[in-house]
Amino acid sequence: MITVDKVSKWFGDFQVLDKCSTRVAKGEVVVICGPSGSGKSTLIKCINGLEPFQQGAITVNGISVGAEGTNLPKLRASIGMVFQNFELFPHMTVLDNICLAQTKVLNRNRAEAGERAMQLLNRVGLADQAPKHPAQLSGGQQQRVAIARALAMDPIAMLFDEPTSALDPEMINEVLDVMVKLALEGMTMMVVTHEMGFARKVADRVVFMDGGRIEEDAKTDEFFGAPRGERAQMFLSKILTH
Amino acid sequence: MAMKYNWDWSVVLCRAPEGVATGTGGSAAQLPGGTSAFAGGAAQTFDTGAHCAQPYFDWIVSGLGWTVVVSVFAWVIAFSVGSVIGVSRTLDQPWVRRGATTYVELFRNVPLLVQMFLWFFVVPELLPKETGYFLKRQLPLPEYWTAIVCLGFYHASRTAEQVRAGIEAIPRGQTYAALAMGLTPAQVYRYVLLPVSYRIIIPPLTSDFMGIFKNSSVALTIGVLELTAQSRQIAEYTFNIFEVFTVTTVLYILITLIVSTIMRFVEKRLHIPGTIALGGN
Repeated sequence: MITVDKVSKWFGDFQVLDKCSTRVAKGEVVVICGPSGSGKSTLIKCINGLEPFQQGAITVNGISVGAEGTNLPKLRASIGMVFQNFELFPHMTVLDNICLAQTKVLNRNRAEAGERAMQLLNRVGLADQAPKHPAQLSGGQQQRVAIARALAMDPIAMLFDEPTSALDPEMINEVLDVMVKLALEGMTMMVVTHEMGFARKVADRVVFMDGGRIEEDAKTDEFFGAPRGERAQMFLSKILTH
Repeated sequence: MAMKYNWDWSVVLCRAPEGVATGTGGSAAQLPGGTSAFAGGAAQTFDTGAHCAQPYFDWIVSGLGWTVVVSVFAWVIAFSVGSVIGVSRTLDQPWVRRGATTYVELFRNVPLLVQMFLWFFVVPELLPKETGYFLKRQLPLPEYWTAIVCLGFYHASRTAEQVRAGIEAIPRGQTYAALAMGLTPAQVYRYVLLPVSYRIIIPPLTSDFMGIFKNSSVALTIGVLELTAQSRQIAEYTFNIFEVFTVTTVLYILITLIVSTIMRFVEKRLHIPGTIALGGN
């Protein structure tokens, strides 16, 4: 469903991505990990065209992301994305946050959008928070709303960019639970995260990045069993000891 | 006070007698020379004392009216043009940004008084002949329109900077999130960036709105009979400078107080629940 083929990207002279290639099949869950500055977030932002790249190709559902003339808004509407800092719109209620793109992009009417929003809020356990504004919610609640907001577009795949990194420890689980449920239901997911427990539990494959390169791309068992590269071993030993 | 001065607050209350046109609306009839204060004329037909040669109170009311009209229209221009320019300065297209930056630097860096003269005396000469003729001869109240456009475009450069600052204060992630759900860049501005940035910049917008009222006094130099111009005229007729300008000062303070009260109400209405910074508390 998602194919990344030898993608390279530079910020000025600095190369952030170096011939990255991977693929995500329909229904597959792929976790991307690696030290900070390794290009994970940049790579995931390239997939829905939020970041441009200079070389290589990315296709989503057969549509080339980087090609001239690609209808990016239409493509993005079919891929859900969840961010580290939730990025709910502060001036709208929770309900309006979830309805905005449904009405403006998918042209659903307000009643239809509201119904779908409430359905999803129920699913993430926040139906009673619908009339509140984001600033009145905890971080974990905000992130669950953000997931509901992405799901409201009925996406064919979901991208997660460090969804739990900005959360207090006791709120991480409520977000991971929602994500695990989603994975088990068969959603195609690409997840940048350091939550190795989550990776072990639901990931089909783990991609390890360092210095803009994909150093490992292995089945989850193999990755945790015996990662081949020295750098990946070091990274794992560092984050798994605590 | 050491000097000899005849205090007389009643001059500011002089009304026109029944049936005599006061020329409200700043018509030419009020200009010195139009009606002569010293010839007596209509003023002597009613008994308010020799000092009440003209309906000074009505002049003040008329001046106040024009101050408000010119400022409010100028503000509409400043807000709409300023928003467009401010947004343009945040777009990706380099030529749009450069154009908007040029606008801001041009209108912000030339003194308002000079701009007033440029709009009134120079611009009509630079335009095609018929347009220039229309502006100078056919357009009713040309100095008023000129003042509105000049003040509006001058303050638009300031509003533009505030709008730009407001947009740039919003974390980049908000734009990413809005784009990621399939909104077009125009929709991102319309539904996400502008509603938030306007709330952020309410305080500077407020003081700039007050600034328009205060700067509108510069329009007297091209013949707009707004509050300051009328006050000067009354002072020249009566020599009661202190009384007249005290009233004018109080009126300007009142206007700005009303503006800040309105804006505080707007700020409260737009306040986002649960936040401290976005729209006061």
